[in-house]
Amino acid sequence: MSCCGQPEGAGGAGGADGASGVMISMEFPIVQYDFAAAGEAAARIKQILRQLGISSDLVRRAAVAAYEAEMNLVIHAIGGSLSLVVDSGRITLTSRDEGPGIPDISLAMREGFSTASDEVREMGFGAGMGLPNMKRCSDLFNIESNMGAGTVVTIVIGVN
Amino acid sequence: MRLLEDKCKGCTNCIKRCPTEAIRVREGKAVISVERCIDCGECVRTCENHAKAVITSSLDDLMRFDYRIAVPAPTLYGQIRRAQNPDEVVWALLQLGFDSVCDVSYGADIATECIRRYVSSHPEPRPLISAACPAVVRLIQVRFPGLIPHIARVESPMYAAARVSRLEAARSLGIDDARIGVFFITPCAAKVTSAIAPVGSVQSYVDGAISIADIYGQIVSRLGANGVARPMHRGSSLGFGWARNGGELRAIGIRNSLAVDGIHNVLGVLEEADGGRLSGVDYIEALACPAGCVGGPVTVENPFVARVRMREISESLEGNTAEAIASAIGTVDELGEEFFSISGEIPPLSGLELDACLETAIMKMSELERMVEGLPGLDCGACGSPTCRSHAEDIACGRASEIDCVFKLRERMQEVAEELLRLAKKDVPSMGKREGKSLP
Repeated sequence: MSCCGQPEGAGGAGGADGASGVMISMEFPIVQYDFAAAGEAAARIKQILRQLGISSDLVRRAAVAAYEAEMNLVIHAIGGSLSLVVDSGRITLTSRDEGPGIPDISLAMREGFSTASDEVREMGFGAGMGLPNMKRCSDLFNIESNMGAGTVVTIVIGVN
Repeated sequence: MRLLEDKCKGCTNCIKRCPTEAIRVREGKAVISVERCIDCGECVRTCENHAKAVITSSLDDLMRFDYRIAVPAPTLYGQIRRAQNPDEVVWALLQLGFDSVCDVSYGADIATECIRRYVSSHPEPRPLISAACPAVVRLIQVRFPGLIPHIARVESPMYAAARVSRLEAARSLGIDDARIGVFFITPCAAKVTSAIAPVGSVQSYVDGAISIADIYGQIVSRLGANGVARPMHRGSSLGFGWARNGGELRAIGIRNSLAVDGIHNVLGVLEEADGGRLSGVDYIEALACPAGCVGGPVTVENPFVARVRMREISESLEGNTAEAIASAIGTVDELGEEFFSISGEIPPLSGLELDACLETAIMKMSELERMVEGLPGLDCGACGSPTCRSHAEDIACGRASEIDCVFKLRERMQEVAEELLRLAKKDVPSMGKREGKSLP
């Protein structure tokens, strides 16, 4: 954009990972079964995107995806992290965990399929809509999982 | 909303309660950001020095018009303990210079009917959110613009009562609309703003708003044996019930609905709705004030005492309910739902954005996050910003300095003191010893 210069150290809180341009990157640790704090990272991400002046429909999509990712980390993984990277072209959300991994990704992507425990379901979670919802909210969606090593879900939402 | 500077002590109580972080303390006085202020009146309620005032009309403003209509919120009747019944209060209003009175409870009956029709004719989106509380509508504009399409586009009871009474007066008296003045007797600050500059409407049908606190004494002094008078329209017991939290839902009778009151509770519910986590809820009644409009910031009575009195008045009007509702439905049928709908745009407001340019906003956000790391995180408010994060935001936007934080200032003073001490200990070459050293 012509209206802005290139800042010094524009990587912000988390650094730019070698990418060029103005960007901000931050990471939120998520703790397994911490239902009291669940949703806080998604709320922060929403606040940040709103303050950046991102249009409300994109903020909403990102917030819904971030919430689903956060809940997945709380419920299914042994904790992990949710990261947000914003530059002038896209919002990227990445969920990383070192959990058990997903044995059948295509099954996990099916609406209604869930491996949540009865205990979690009794709390109103684990309806099997998390990953499909995340995909629905994204322009680009990628999921990589290795058994015993963990799962990385990446969502990209384009910023016009 | 206006600040009375001579009363403000810069105490920072108000900045901590503002739901949009619209207030800062600068040079010992509160400063309210117009872009962020939603007129919820939380600062009026919080300020122990009574330094926040709501700009309202005065009775002198009535004289600009040939025919003057008072449109009192139902809340008014719950405020006046000495009045035997609402008709005494109507009489007092007529003694104050009004030519007629139209209860907002009648507008509530009209709004009830319009909302029922709106909900049944708009299958999406859900949940719909009531537009009755202007502070909530403005909160949505500032903090939840994604929820703007969820606002049920039915005008508030105040507007419905104002439009009907104005129209009827013009018809019956045969005078021009411009000669009729309609004044809302308000419990809340947000309705003052919406009376003058309505959101989503092309023009205002209310010419001014007078706060209940301002007119209370004059009404009380005119109560008594002189007489009683009926308003040109009075609502049903359900219409009166809109003044209390949950009253709107009781009136419209929509299943799967949710009522929330108090602006900080409203924030929590709107967060859920904005995150798409309120599936199964069709309609939300959200009121900025605790206990509903009876808890308005420019009322005089304790909201819970007022709520009991409103319930008593509401019950005393139950015999009138079927007739009043039939009258309201007849008015909606005659004038059409569009007459009472919010026709104009409800735009998002950009008070929270760091910058209009995304790249500049990202740079400011980077600076903000960096500053947050260095601040103590105590949210003490001594810097004049409500939280350390908002202080960091002010620094990133060039509105504050890091050493406005007393802890950072102390750190800086310590550094300077250590440097001074170091300098003080440094030997002057002509006086000190330079053992074991030779001149170069």
